[in-house]
Amino acid sequence: MGKQANERLSKLMVYLLCLAGSVVMLIPLVWLVRSSFMGLSQIFIFPPEWIPNPWHFDNYPKALTTIPFLRYFVNTLIILVPSVIGTVATSALAAYGFARLRWPGRDIIFNILMTTLMLPYAVTLIPTFLVWAKLGLINTYWPLVLPSWFGGGIFFIFLLRQFFMSLPKELDEAATIDGANPLQIFWFIIIPLSRPALITVAIFSTLNAWNDFLGPLIYLNDSRQYTLALGLAEFTGLYTSQWHLLMAAATVVLLPVLILFFVAQRYFIEGIALTGSKG
Amino acid sequence: MSSLSHNSPSQIKGKPRGLSRHRRREAIWGMICVAPAVLGFLLWQLGPILGSLFIAFTDWGIAGTPDWVGLGNFKQIFTEDQLFRKSLGVTLYFSLASVPLRMLLAFLLAVLLNQKIRALPIFRTIFYLPSIVPAIASSVLWIWLFNPDFGLLNAVLRPLGFPKIQWIYGSDSVIPSFILMSLWDIGPMMIIFLAGLQGVPRQLYEAVEIDGGNAWHRLKHITVPMITPTILFNLILSIIGAMQTFVQPYVMTDGGPNNNSLMYVLYLYKKAFEQSQMGYASALAWILFVIIAVMSFVVFRTSSSWVYYEGR
Repeated sequence: MGKQANERLSKLMVYLLCLAGSVVMLIPLVWLVRSSFMGLSQIFIFPPEWIPNPWHFDNYPKALTTIPFLRYFVNTLIILVPSVIGTVATSALAAYGFARLRWPGRDIIFNILMTTLMLPYAVTLIPTFLVWAKLGLINTYWPLVLPSWFGGGIFFIFLLRQFFMSLPKELDEAATIDGANPLQIFWFIIIPLSRPALITVAIFSTLNAWNDFLGPLIYLNDSRQYTLALGLAEFTGLYTSQWHLLMAAATVVLLPVLILFFVAQRYFIEGIALTGSKG
Repeated sequence: MSSLSHNSPSQIKGKPRGLSRHRRREAIWGMICVAPAVLGFLLWQLGPILGSLFIAFTDWGIAGTPDWVGLGNFKQIFTEDQLFRKSLGVTLYFSLASVPLRMLLAFLLAVLLNQKIRALPIFRTIFYLPSIVPAIASSVLWIWLFNPDFGLLNAVLRPLGFPKIQWIYGSDSVIPSFILMSLWDIGPMMIIFLAGLQGVPRQLYEAVEIDGGNAWHRLKHITVPMITPTILFNLILSIIGAMQTFVQPYVMTDGGPNNNSLMYVLYLYKKAFEQSQMGYASALAWILFVIIAVMSFVVFRTSSSWVYYEGR
C-alpha cells in the first residue's frame, strides 16, 4: 500500500517536472508567434500582453514584401534540392561500399573518413573558399551544392552503414548466385529495404541546407542570390526594433522545418538515437 | 555442394581462382562505390587542411598572391594580438560553462523521459522542438527575448524583484546570455542520452532494488556508469560545436559589447572575410584545430578511467 502511494507520488513528480520543462521550452516559441501578430504599439507595452489585440495578420505580407522573400525561398530550394539528392545518392553508395562489399583497406579508409567528424570546419573554410574564388565561382551555387555530390558528409555515410550492416548478408549472396552484380544488389535489394534510413538522411540533409548560414554568407555576395537564412539576417540588420515584422519573418523561416518535423518526427528521433548508439 | 566435402586436386586449384575473381570484382565495385566519398574527402577535407597549413605561413589578401612569411603570423598572434587572446578567452569561457550545463540538462530531461510515463512522446517532442529552429531564426528570436526594455526575460524577472538585466548588451552578461540560450536547444543530446538509458539492462536496476538501494543508488551505480560511453560521445561533439560557435554572436552582437562576445570563429571570419587576411586567418584556424585536437585528446585519454565499456 505504502509503496504504491509512493510510486504514484513519484509519477506525479515526473509529470510536474515534464510540464515545467515543457513550459520553459515552449514559451520562447509562443513569444515568437505572439509578437508576429501584434501591432508595433502593443509590442512595446510593459508588462507584456500575451494575446494580440487586434490580430495583425498583415504583418506577414508586410514582412514578406519589404524584402524579396519569395525569391530567397526559390534560391534556397535551388540549393537544397540538388544538395539533398546528391547527399542521399552518394552517401548511400559509399555506405554500401563500406558495409557490404569486401575490399582491401576498406576499414582503414572508413576510419580515416570518420576522423573528419571531429575536424573543425574552420580549418577547411579558407582554402576551400580561395579555390572557389580562383575558379571564379563565387556568387554561384556551385560551392554550396557540389560537395553534397561527393559523399555528403561522413555522418550520413556512418548512419547508413550502420543500417546496411544490420540487413541479412544472405540477401546479397542469393542475388550474387542469381548473377546480379553489386550495383544491381544495391539498387534492387538494399535500397528498397532501407527506406527509413534513407528518409532520415534526406531529412537531416534538408535541414542542413535550409539552416546553413555560413556557406551562403561566404559564397553569395549578390543579394539577388541570397537564401532565406541570409535574407532573414539582412532583414534583421535593416529593421531593428520593428520586432513584429522581424518575428513574422523568423516564423516564416521556421515554419517549413516545423512542418517537416511534425510530419517526419519518427525519423528525427530514430536517426539521432542511432548516431549515439555506436559512440 | 556435395563436391565440397571431397575435393579433388583440380577443384582445389579451381575454386580459389574462381573465388578470387569474384573477390576481385567485388573489390572493384566496392572502390567504385566509395570513390565519390573518398574524392570528396580529398577535395574538401584533406586538401584544404594541408592548404590552410601552407596558407598559415603566408601573407595573403584575397586579390593578391601569397607571400611567404614563415612563422610571422603565429608570432604576431601569440605576442601582439590582443583580440586573439580576448576571443580565445571568451570562447573558452562560453564552452567550459555551456557544455557541462547543456549535458547536465539534457541528461536530466532524458532521465525524466525514461520514467515509463504514458505521455513520453509528447514531452519528447516538446523538449526537442527548440532544436529544429534554424540558428538564424532562433538568433533573431533571442535578440528580442533579451531586449532589456520589452523582452520576455526581463518581463518575467522584473516582477520577481530582479534588477533590469542588460543581457547581450552588457559586457559582463553577454556570455552568460549566450550560455542561457545554448540551454534551449539540447534536443539531439537528450535523444542520444535517452537511447543510451533505454539500453541499460533492467536486471541491473532490479539487482540494486534487491540490495535495498534507492533511486539515487540506481542513478549513481547503474545509470551513470552504464551510459558513460554516451556521455563521452556527447562531450566530445559538444566541445567541438561550442568552440566553433559562430551564427549567434555574428547575428546577435557582432562580437560586442567591447569584444566580450567575439568568439573565436567570428574573429577568424572577420580576419578572413572582412579584412581579407587569409594567411593570418588560416593561422588562427590551425591554432583552433590544435586546441580542439588537444582537448579531445585529453578527454579521450582520461576517458579510460571513467568510461565503462560493456564486455571489456
